[in-house]
Amino acid sequence: MSPTPRLDPRLPEGPVATAWQRCRESLPLISPNRKQRLRILVVGSGLSGAAAAASLAEQGYRVQVLTYHDSPRRAHSVAAQGGINAARNYANDGDSVERLFRDTVKGGDFRAREAGCHRLAEISGAIIDQCVAQGVPFAREYGGTLANRSFGGALVSRTFYARGQTGQQLLYGAYQAMLRQVAAGRVELLCRRDMLDLIVHDGVARGVVCRHQISGALEVLSADAVLLATGGYSNVFYLSTNALKSNATAIWQAHRRGAWFANPCFTQIHPTCIPSGEAHQSKLTLMSESLRNDGRIWLPLRPGDDRPPATIPQAERDYFLERQYPSYGNLVPRDLASRRARELCLEGRGVGPGGRSVYLDLAEAVARDGTTAIETRYGNLLEMYERITGEDPRTTPMRIYPAPHYTMGGLWVDYHLMSTVPGLFVLGEANFSEHGANRLGASALMQALADGYFIAPATVTGWLAGRAAGTLPADHPACCEALATVEARIEALRRTGGSQPVDVFHRRLGHLMIDACGISRQADRLAVALGELETLRLGFLAEVRIPGDDSVLDAELAKALRLEDFFGLADLMLRDALARQESCGAHFREDHQTPSGEALRDDERFAHIAAWEHRPGATPVRHSEPLVFQTVTPGPRSYG
Amino acid sequence: MTTVSLTLRIWRQAGSAKPGGFEVHRLDAVSTDLSLLEALDLLNERLIAAGERPVGFEHDCREGICGSCGFLVNGQAQGPQRATSVCQLYLRQFLDGAVLTLEPFRARAFPVLQDLAVDRSAFDRIITAGGYCSINTGSAPEANTLLVGREQAAMAFDAATCIGCGACVASCRNASASLFVAAKLAHLGQLPQGQPERQQRARALQAQMVNEGFGSCSSHLECEAVCPQQISADWISWMHRESWRRP
Repeated sequence: MSPTPRLDPRLPEGPVATAWQRCRESLPLISPNRKQRLRILVVGSGLSGAAAAASLAEQGYRVQVLTYHDSPRRAHSVAAQGGINAARNYANDGDSVERLFRDTVKGGDFRAREAGCHRLAEISGAIIDQCVAQGVPFAREYGGTLANRSFGGALVSRTFYARGQTGQQLLYGAYQAMLRQVAAGRVELLCRRDMLDLIVHDGVARGVVCRHQISGALEVLSADAVLLATGGYSNVFYLSTNALKSNATAIWQAHRRGAWFANPCFTQIHPTCIPSGEAHQSKLTLMSESLRNDGRIWLPLRPGDDRPPATIPQAERDYFLERQYPSYGNLVPRDLASRRARELCLEGRGVGPGGRSVYLDLAEAVARDGTTAIETRYGNLLEMYERITGEDPRTTPMRIYPAPHYTMGGLWVDYHLMSTVPGLFVLGEANFSEHGANRLGASALMQALADGYFIAPATVTGWLAGRAAGTLPADHPACCEALATVEARIEALRRTGGSQPVDVFHRRLGHLMIDACGISRQADRLAVALGELETLRLGFLAEVRIPGDDSVLDAELAKALRLEDFFGLADLMLRDALARQESCGAHFREDHQTPSGEALRDDERFAHIAAWEHRPGATPVRHSEPLVFQTVTPGPRSYG
Repeated sequence: MTTVSLTLRIWRQAGSAKPGGFEVHRLDAVSTDLSLLEALDLLNERLIAAGERPVGFEHDCREGICGSCGFLVNGQAQGPQRATSVCQLYLRQFLDGAVLTLEPFRARAFPVLQDLAVDRSAFDRIITAGGYCSINTGSAPEANTLLVGREQAAMAFDAATCIGCGACVASCRNASASLFVAAKLAHLGQLPQGQPERQQRARALQAQMVNEGFGSCSSHLECEAVCPQQISADWISWMHRESWRRP
């Protein structure tokens, strides 16, 4: 597992504080005339994709944007609730770029690159400027300045927000900026397309093969650079807070074509979601973590206590987070809150259907501040909870349970956001960068927009400057080969002749993955799961039924293609979780914990990024990129 | 577990150029904790296992924010529950034995693609006509340079929450997109950042609405009644005043 020469992160030498500036100034530029002849393909229209498409088009490039949605505005960034971090110190509470940088490195449990985290903190302020100028209606103070709040246990107020719909408003800002470029003729929107393969020629990314969901036609698109901004893969767990169509196909197919996959086992579980009950429940809905500011989390002391929660006396309640973490209480980091809830539910202490939830109780806050104040603070969340569960959270404690929410892992990229396939850039949640083994609340939107508005527009130019312009003709052998591969894949799925719908297998995959590779992992279980996964995959390929190809939307074919790729990725996640013999951030290995049950990191052996290389027909190879800490000294994470 | 039995009369249409008609399906003893879309998932699993074509419908986030879903339930766009899109509509809202007629949004500018799914790309083209502030990346001034009063920001936000689902169009006798257009104009027109292009934007978006084949406001205010984001139809009056506003 020695570091390989191919895995060069291209980090600028010298102090991290000025690394980005030096990098940017060293990048070659391209004349405006020449930019018009260069074609860039952006896959995905969420925060990072739309932001990159708009910014690159503004520079003069010809950009094509591919999305499987009917409109770019549907991208799942739209669902982010909480907010976006920026080191502006508007609250005058001691925040700075340096502090946000350190918090990000620590939050990621020392499994991210210092230079990348510092760049993110540096850019954070400019993102807010950009979004405000686009007309994003952030929350304001009475005097008209921007409002901030503290989020996810941060000691400073650095989170900008637009009620509980920050992601929606930021996405519309980027979407509108992109449509402005459509009007200018520099962006071409290609909606309702699933990217199904990456075209690689002479080792360089040259385009994609996609399928039009309405006509069913396979299309070859070639470009001078390909940007994947296709989001995360939490849906490998079937039930997650992701939208139902969120998938890993683009990054998985790129992986099969040579892009190495970094830290696939780093997946974040969000502690406060509306739990599952029904067999046909299709998703888990997140309740913003800000509820933990006012809600107290508890379980009845006596297992099986099925009295209505409000009638259980205080003395018979266990406020378990407050008990175990006296100083942080209900605001402990996401992974700790999730793990403690799961353990107690496994011990039979949980409440609700199947004993799979814990109470989040607003009663005390309502008594203290009044119902009106709580409604002002959490209005839309309370209504959402009531709609889904039929219970009123103002009078009955909410039931919550952890749910897969975000994936820190993703395609490996260097400091320039370029993957191991030259010419293939990966942005936002789809790459592995900056969040290490665990992401801080309100940092996902920051990273997606930093990648899209500022980093990729600079580094993609740097890459293109050294290359001759030119796309591949559709009948080029590399295009034909990719097209034939996709055709064969679809043909094979259609031919299976089974009798079961795709979702049946996706549910089984989800059960397996959440059990073996969810909140808590264990070596033996992971090893067994690898075998079970293969059985499940073969069962899927033999028994699935895709209805005939006369259907316009052909949703089942789209689902089957995505599920097949989830099977591949699930295998890699299990291998990665097995190989990382330590606990760090969201990756908790039961065989690597302190006597008191805290995560035990192993900086001697695992202070590195794992990057997996795909080998056709053989087991994948694990490579590593060592992490060097110049500025922040790795220390234990302590929340006692 | 509480259950209900439902009769679903679903519009089936294989493609935009094909004829359509209603098809009746029964769902017996399904949990009231399922959403209407989850009930359709269940029905589709049965149809697939029986070798039939599943019901086509749009959906994605299933938490009421992406705006993908939307059809008529017993003639009401986004169904009977106030401020709720169909993905958040749970079966506990219906009586045991209820008959639900599900059909696609009906509007010339929203051609049916299949069954309950329609093409709403006209909305993107309306925004493309000018629903933005022209600002290039990197040229933004410091964020607190322009102050925006708290109330003013909240009003802009209320208009900006439109999810682009199209229920307003489907509920309007004239199939007007007035509420959609007004919401975007009110979002940007109330903020200092939206002032330089305010008039031009108001003209361009309304012109594009007409070009796309949407009608003009019918003044029935059904759009406000069905809007899952509860966007006020007052913005339509506001939009009309914009047309007479002096620069």
